[in-house]
Amino acid sequence: MNIVMWFESYWEGMKAEVGGKAASLGEMTGAGLPVPPGFALTTGAYRKSRDAADLDATLARLLHGLDTDDTAMVTDRCGRIRAHIEQMPMDPEVESRLRHAYQELCRRCDTPDVPVAVRSSATSEDSPDASFAGEHDTYLWVRGADAVVDAVRRCWASLFTDRATCYRVEMGYDHRTVEMSVVVQKMVRPIAAGVAFTLNPSDGDRSTVAIDSAWGFGEGVVSGEVTPDNFLVDKVLYEITKRRVATKEVEFRLTDHDTVEKVALEGERATAPSLTDAQLKAVARLARTAERHYRCPQDIEWAVDADLPETENIVLLQSRPETVWSRKAAEAAAARAATGNVDLMQSIVSTLMNPLHSRNK
Amino acid sequence: MADRFPSPFEIETPEGAEGWQEMYVYSSLFSEGRREFDDNTFWFQDGVHWPKVLTPWDATFFEFGIASLSQYNTRHLQVPPANGIAFRILNGYGYLTPMPADPATIEERVANFLDRAGFYFMNWNDLYDKWMLKMRDLVAELEAVSFDPLPDIEDADEVVKSGAGLGSGYRIQESYRNLVNLGLKLWNYHFEFLNLGYAAYLDFFGFCKEAWPNIPDLAIAKMVAGVEVDLFRPDEELKRLARMAVETGIADAFSAGDVEATCQVLKSSDAGNAWISSFQESAEPWFNFSTGSGFYHSDKIWIENVEVPFEFIGNYIGMLQKGEDLARPMEAIRAERDRIVNEYADLLPSDADREAFQGKLGLARVVFPYVENHNFYVEHWSHSVIWRKMRQLGELFVKEGFFTEANDIFYLKRTEVEDALWDYYVSWATPEQAAGPGYWPPIVKRRREICAALSAWKPTPALGVPPEVITEPFTVMLWGITSESTKAWLGGGAGDEGQLKGMAASPGVVEGVARVIFNPDQISEVQEGEILVAPLTAPSWAPIFGKIQATVTDTGGMMSHAAIVCREYGLPAVTGTGFATATIQTGDRIRVDGTNGVVTKL
Repeated sequence: MNIVMWFESYWEGMKAEVGGKAASLGEMTGAGLPVPPGFALTTGAYRKSRDAADLDATLARLLHGLDTDDTAMVTDRCGRIRAHIEQMPMDPEVESRLRHAYQELCRRCDTPDVPVAVRSSATSEDSPDASFAGEHDTYLWVRGADAVVDAVRRCWASLFTDRATCYRVEMGYDHRTVEMSVVVQKMVRPIAAGVAFTLNPSDGDRSTVAIDSAWGFGEGVVSGEVTPDNFLVDKVLYEITKRRVATKEVEFRLTDHDTVEKVALEGERATAPSLTDAQLKAVARLARTAERHYRCPQDIEWAVDADLPETENIVLLQSRPETVWSRKAAEAAAARAATGNVDLMQSIVSTLMNPLHSRNK
Repeated sequence: MADRFPSPFEIETPEGAEGWQEMYVYSSLFSEGRREFDDNTFWFQDGVHWPKVLTPWDATFFEFGIASLSQYNTRHLQVPPANGIAFRILNGYGYLTPMPADPATIEERVANFLDRAGFYFMNWNDLYDKWMLKMRDLVAELEAVSFDPLPDIEDADEVVKSGAGLGSGYRIQESYRNLVNLGLKLWNYHFEFLNLGYAAYLDFFGFCKEAWPNIPDLAIAKMVAGVEVDLFRPDEELKRLARMAVETGIADAFSAGDVEATCQVLKSSDAGNAWISSFQESAEPWFNFSTGSGFYHSDKIWIENVEVPFEFIGNYIGMLQKGEDLARPMEAIRAERDRIVNEYADLLPSDADREAFQGKLGLARVVFPYVENHNFYVEHWSHSVIWRKMRQLGELFVKEGFFTEANDIFYLKRTEVEDALWDYYVSWATPEQAAGPGYWPPIVKRRREICAALSAWKPTPALGVPPEVITEPFTVMLWGITSESTKAWLGGGAGDEGQLKGMAASPGVVEGVARVIFNPDQISEVQEGEILVAPLTAPSWAPIFGKIQATVTDTGGMMSHAAIVCREYGLPAVTGTGFATATIQTGDRIRVDGTNGVVTKL
């Protein structure tokens, strides 16, 4: 039985053990789409701990005669179950593997007590776990092995939110069979971050990756509060074909108490490009890889992580299909197909009649 | 900002150059009889091909070249929007203006063009094979031209008893006329294919720019570029000879000193002698290669200035000894070309688009070898032979007291050379004293002074009234003249402080120390890691492209001969800046942005 699965060692047969979220992170890592590094604690780890702590007996006791219409009763009983799970001793092997994996992550990031996000990963998209597990199950900026162990237990506990529990009771599901996998993933501490399109949003050019970038967290770029640096990179030669470095008046930065704050920028940092040429090309390659993987133009969020080694510090935060230009391009192609291609000689004549530099204005 | 460039009639004659007009044929000058046209037309100085003062005879190829281009556009192919290019000489420098076709004739021209150009595109390879044969015949005819001194008495058998009825006196004049005619024939051949080649390339270029508006020009060039190109062959031969020297253990000879010392060492061993004969094999034809554009008698030709290829070979030997691999990785270049083509093709939205793309790419690849290679055959090889023959005739005139040195012949107009030969012939036939020795020396001396005075004058990049938009396709492609560059010139070059704008000829951004080079003799001054700044660069400068970081030129477009070499070497290049050599000095730190065509003084 697997207890820990690193993203890079994921294979399809593991999906049932690690849940959809972890599987997707594993799949992306395998496809050369570097998400922030991390691992999943499998459903097996939950089962082992559940059995070791004899959770079934506790569940049987606390859920006996539960009236789902009695809100006070539901709140009390479910609260007690969650409190129990949050405090129950973890199976010693599971705990030791979890602590070991976390230490390994710290070593990889060259950061002691590296901050991580701990979140649940549902094992079946159709199960009620999927609908409810998302509610209270994300813990950000978790630091140190003890805190990680606690956060994992809290994720497990979130199987017994009031709503999820009532739902199972009403549907007649057995509480003893619900399972959960937990993802532990490095929190990104971005030097710079932003978005990238695998086409040029201003003209639909598919040979281009358009990159918006600013210092710190990408929030400002996404919300429009920062005027980002704007670059175009050719997808085939990876030439930087356009470079517009903006004056970036603010930066979204991490505070001492793990919140993100907006800080005014002045001087050189405000006007310096937020990405080096090598980083730009790496972001473009990342976007191109995502486009190839998903087989359609993508809109990605990325960051340059401060803790990872230089050659692997460009991380993918999110990838979504681009829709606007993809639709227009399909329409244009259909229109062209309807009219047919212009004869080569006619085309040469029209090239001579309408020179490029006036046509491209 | 001014809305027009100076009138050609306002440009003053530089001090000491008074009377320069007499060096050229009247029809090549701005003149009162054509004042209205001359004054109100936009003229640009063709620094891509003729950056230096034209001596009287050197004006020949300027005139032959442009007239041949015109003839093909207007009379042979009927390129729909473009008639020929009118040319003038002002203060010794060549100025051009493209002539649009009358819009009323376009329809008819289109029909003719489709028929005529279409035929060439359809039968390109056959016609190109024919062209190669014609060129080789033409070079052979040029080589057969000779200017031997006239004999005291004609040969009894060959001339007299054969019943030929013609002698050496006739032949020598025929030879010169023949040489001039072959020059004109050469330039006719040059333009038989060239503009068609560019047209097909432009069409593919336009397709790519429409499909992918941000595609780098380099990517388009890489998809079309040939892997084995004759224009790179001289450089390849240098590398081959360097490799041979290292492999046969005679490399030390190249540290012996000058060419003579090196040859002395080489001749002392079998391996050295084998190397010399291998060099001689390469030399014909590949070292008929000019260090300049090939358009000036003063450009050095490798085969006549062996120290030039020897120095390059010496450098290559040094690189080989440091373990560098000089070979162009042909397989890798081919594979990369295929990768680029396939990736762009994949980005097209439909199979119909891909079919159109492949069709245009196919044609561009068929025609492009001509665009890449003709330069070697015409400007380098054939011109080299012509310059050699002219110098042979010059030597004859020196012997006869007409000139003090062989190169004096290039200070005569081409028709004046006929006059001098006539004079020589008559004085031989009579016999009597020739008038030439008393006539030509002061003229040549004066003309040399005029040319020196004109060389000190920096030609204004343009004259007359610029059009709103420049629409002549070849002007943009070959000369890099755009609406933007004319605006920049009107603004005096420096739009923003310390910034020069030009053509983004080869992408990339670098910063470094400038080395300003005005003529090919200076290229040995270029140091490792410097940025070359020159009026223009020539293909034969290839060996120093391994040393430099970037190139900036005053003139040239993205398809100028120089730009092709820059892209081959993957160096950032900004061409057609107009003022780089005037505003940048050796030692200045500059940034060259070959992606956006901007040069900044730091």
